[in-house]
Amino acid sequence: MQIRVNERSWTVNSTPDTPLLYVLMNELQLQGPRFGCGLAQCGSCSVLVNGVETRSCVTAVSKVEGKSITTLEGLPAWYASQKKLAKAPALHPVQQAMIDEQAVQCGYCFNGMIIKSSELLSKTPRPTEAQIRIAMNGHLCRCGTYPRIMKAIQRASVAMAGGAA
Amino acid sequence: MNKEMIRRDFLKTGGALVVGFNLRDTLVAQEQVVRGTKAGPPDARQVDTWLAIHADNTATVYIGFAELGQGASTALLQIAAEELDLDMSQIKTVRLDTNVTPNQGGTYSSASINRGGPQVRTAAAEARLALLKLASVKLDTPEAQLTVSKGVVSGSGRSVTYGELVGDKPFNVTFTGNAPVKPATAYKIVGTKFPRNDTPAKVSAQYTYMQYVRVPGMLHGRVVRPRGQRMYGAGAKIMSVDQASIRAIPGARVLRKGDFLGVVAENEWDAIRAAQQLKVVWETPPALPGNAGLFEHMRAAKSEDMVALERGNLDAGFTGAAHTVSQTCLGPYQAHAPFGPNCAVADVKADSALVMCSTQDVYGTRNSLSRLLGMPAEKIRVQYYEGSGTYGHSCYDDVAQAAVLLSQLAGKPVRLQFMRWDEHGWDNYGPGHLGEVRAAADANGKIVAYEYQGWQHGWINTETSAQLTGVPPSEWPGAGTGVQGVNRLACGGMYDIPNLKLVNHKLPVTSYLKAGWLRSPLDLSFSFASEQAIDQLAYLSGADPYEFRQKNMTDMRWLGVLNAAAQAAKWTPRKAAANLSKANIVTGRGIGVGTHLTSYGGAVAEIEVNKETGRVVAKHLYGAIDAGQVVNPGFVESQIMGQLVQTASRMFKEEVKFDQTGVTSLDWGSYPILRFDECPEVTAVVVQRLDQRSTGAGEEVMAAAAGAIANAFFDATGVRMKEFPMTPSRVLAALRGGKAA
Repeated sequence: MQIRVNERSWTVNSTPDTPLLYVLMNELQLQGPRFGCGLAQCGSCSVLVNGVETRSCVTAVSKVEGKSITTLEGLPAWYASQKKLAKAPALHPVQQAMIDEQAVQCGYCFNGMIIKSSELLSKTPRPTEAQIRIAMNGHLCRCGTYPRIMKAIQRASVAMAGGAA
Repeated sequence: MNKEMIRRDFLKTGGALVVGFNLRDTLVAQEQVVRGTKAGPPDARQVDTWLAIHADNTATVYIGFAELGQGASTALLQIAAEELDLDMSQIKTVRLDTNVTPNQGGTYSSASINRGGPQVRTAAAEARLALLKLASVKLDTPEAQLTVSKGVVSGSGRSVTYGELVGDKPFNVTFTGNAPVKPATAYKIVGTKFPRNDTPAKVSAQYTYMQYVRVPGMLHGRVVRPRGQRMYGAGAKIMSVDQASIRAIPGARVLRKGDFLGVVAENEWDAIRAAQQLKVVWETPPALPGNAGLFEHMRAAKSEDMVALERGNLDAGFTGAAHTVSQTCLGPYQAHAPFGPNCAVADVKADSALVMCSTQDVYGTRNSLSRLLGMPAEKIRVQYYEGSGTYGHSCYDDVAQAAVLLSQLAGKPVRLQFMRWDEHGWDNYGPGHLGEVRAAADANGKIVAYEYQGWQHGWINTETSAQLTGVPPSEWPGAGTGVQGVNRLACGGMYDIPNLKLVNHKLPVTSYLKAGWLRSPLDLSFSFASEQAIDQLAYLSGADPYEFRQKNMTDMRWLGVLNAAAQAAKWTPRKAAANLSKANIVTGRGIGVGTHLTSYGGAVAEIEVNKETGRVVAKHLYGAIDAGQVVNPGFVESQIMGQLVQTASRMFKEEVKFDQTGVTSLDWGSYPILRFDECPEVTAVVVQRLDQRSTGAGEEVMAAAAGAIANAFFDATGVRMKEFPMTPSRVLAALRGGKAA
C-alpha cells in the first residue's frame, strides 16, 4: 500500500485495517503523532488529512490512500505551500508561538494542539477567543496549559497576518 | 607567592585534586572510567559524579531529578551555570540513568529545586574552586585576582578557558560541600525567566518521549487484565484463558506468570488486537463499597486512630465561644490519568536487564525490579525517558514491571505501552477522604478552637504486576501520617489557634482501591473542608473572609501569599454571600490558603453558578506562591497556571467511579476533565524571597484554590458544598438542601 505523508510517498506493509497512527509511529518512525487514548477522545494522535484535522488512532490506513497526510514534522512545509512561500520556515508560526509563550509543560498533547490550531488558523486567520475555545475543545491537556495555548494561537494569528508576533 | 607554593597550597586544600599539567595527565586519562559502563549510583562524594568540563569549554551536569514537564532540567542548570559563571548555552544535562546519574532520591514532593538545588549548587561551586586553583597556577595570578565570564578565567592580562584547564579529564576532587557559594545578591541567572531547554524539541517532533523508544529485535506487548481494577489485594484471579480465541492473529503469543497475563507480537496492532480479543474468565472479586456507599463504609469501618497534634484545651476553647461551625466534607478518589499512557521497554537476559521507562525514581524502580526478578540491583540498568506528565505515582512502576515480566517470559526485548483503560483503570488513585471539621471563634473574631478528624487509607507498595505474580499486597510506609494523613501544616497550621486537635483514622489499604501520591496529596480535600470552616467562621463573625484570615495569622509568609492573591484579584472587603441574587446565573468570589509540605499558597476564585443547570464554571483564578528563592519565576508562573487549571478540573469534574466489582472510570468519557470551553482566566503571582531556602512550587496553590472555589460557591449562593467534584447533580441537590441523586 502507498500513502502520501509530508509530501513524500511511502510504501507500507501494515494490514489495511491498521490505524494510521501505528503506521506513522512504527513504519515511518515519526515522532509527532502519539498514542493517547486510541478512542479519538483526546487528540494526541492528530494529523492533517487533506488539511483536515483527523484522529489517526481510529483511522484505518486504507482510508487515507491517495490523500495527503501532514504530521507535525511536515507542518512548516504544509504552511509554506498554503502561504505560497518559496521556502518552508523552520517552524510553523504556531510552533514558534508555543515557544514564545512558553506554553509547553510535558508537551505530550502539543502534537494535537499544534495540528488543530494550524487547521483553525488556515480557515479562520483571526479567531476570537470564543472561536478558539470552540475549535480546540476536542483536545485535552492534563498539565493545564490551555490559557497559554490560547495566547499562543492569537500570537501566531498576528504573526501570520504579517504583524509583529 | 611563587608558583610552587600556590600549587602546594591547592594540593593541600583541594584534597584529592590531581588535575595538573604534568606527566600525570596521561595517567589520569588512562584511568578515567568511561561513564555509564558501571552500575551506579556513582560516588556522590566526588565532584566528577556531578559534572564534567569538556574541551570545548562546555559543561555537562549530572542530575538525579527527572524532567516531568515542570522545567527542572532547565532550572537546575541555571543553578549550576550561576555558580560556574557559564552561559546557559554552555551547559547541558543528560537523561537519568542508574549507570550515569547520581542518586538524589526520587523526583517527589516538588523537591527538584528544594532538595536537588543545594547539591547541584555546592557541587558546581566546588568545581569552580578547583578550576580557579588551576587557573591561578596557569596564569600565575592569585585566585582572588581572577575573574570568570562564560568559562573564561582572566587575570594578569591573560586568560584561560575551563576547557583548556580540565577539558574532558576528571577533577578527582572530593565533594566536601564546603565550597563557598555565591550570595543571592550576586545572581545573574538564578531568579531570571530563562526559557525552557526542552520546548523547541517538544513542539517540533524532535523530542524522544518514552513512547517512541524502540530497540532492535523487540516485540510489542500488552497486558491483559479485567477492565478496571478490583479491590486492592484481591488481584484478578484467572479461571481460564482461551488461547484459541486469538488464533486468527498471526504471531501473537500469550504469556503468563501466575495471574499476570499479557500478549506479545512483532506488530503493535496485532498485540493490541490480541489483548482485546483474548478470552479470559476471571474469578468474581470480593465486593467493594462502590461510590454510593463509600463514605458511609469508611466512617463505619474499624480504623487505626492516631492523634497527629494536640495543643491547648479543645473543650475549653469551644466552651463559651461566640461562633461555632461543624461540617463533614467528602473528597473523591481521583486519577493521575497521564495524557499518554505509561510505556516501558525492557530487555531481560539471564544475568542482566536494561529497562527504559518514565519512573520518577530510577534507583527506586531498579530496587523494585530487582526484587521482582530476583536479580541483584547492580545487574539492572534503568534509564529514564520522559513520558507525559505524571503528577505523582501513576502506572510508571507497574508498566516497567510488566515489561520486565513480558521480556523475561518472551526471551526478547519487549516494548509495552498501557492502553487508556489500563492506565485509567489500574492507577494508584489519590485516595478518597472524609473530613469532620469543627471550629470556633470568639466575639473578637479570633479563632479559639479547631478540630479536624480525617478518615482515609494510605498508599500501596506492591504494584499490580508484582501482585499478580504472587507478591503479597502491602502498604507504603508511613500511611496515616505526614502527607498520607491529616497533618499540622495542611489542617489549621496557617492560623494562630490556641486549642487544636488533629486526628487520623487510618483505614486498611487492602479493602479499597489502589492508592498512591497524586499531586497535592489529600490537600484539596483538607482545604475543601478546613478553609470552608474558617470561611464560615468569618461569615458568622460578620467579617470579610480576607480580613478575618489576616487577623488570625502572624506568619509573614502566610500573610504574604494571602495578601498577594487578594491584591492580584483587587479584593474589596465585604461579608460573604452579601449580594445574593434571585437570578439563575449568579457569581461569587472566594479566598483560600493552603500548603503541601513547606511552601505557602494563596488563591482567589471568581466563579459563576447556573442555578438552573447546576453548572459551575471558574471565570478567573488567582494563585500566589511563596516557595522561598525561586530559581526561575517563569517556570513557577507556569506551575501556578497548571495548578489552577488542574484544580478547577478536580473540583468540578474529576471522580473515579466504581461499583461493587471494580472501577468503571476507564477513559476521558467516563472520567471527564476540564476542557478549553470551561478554562478559567488565570493570574499567577510569584512571591520571590531570594533570601529564603528554595522549596517546592508544584502543589501548594492547588490546596489554596480548592478552598477558594468552595468559598466562592458560598458567596454566590449562600450554600456550603459538602462534597466535590461540584457536578451539576450535586450542586442542584445542595441548592435544594438535599443529597445528590
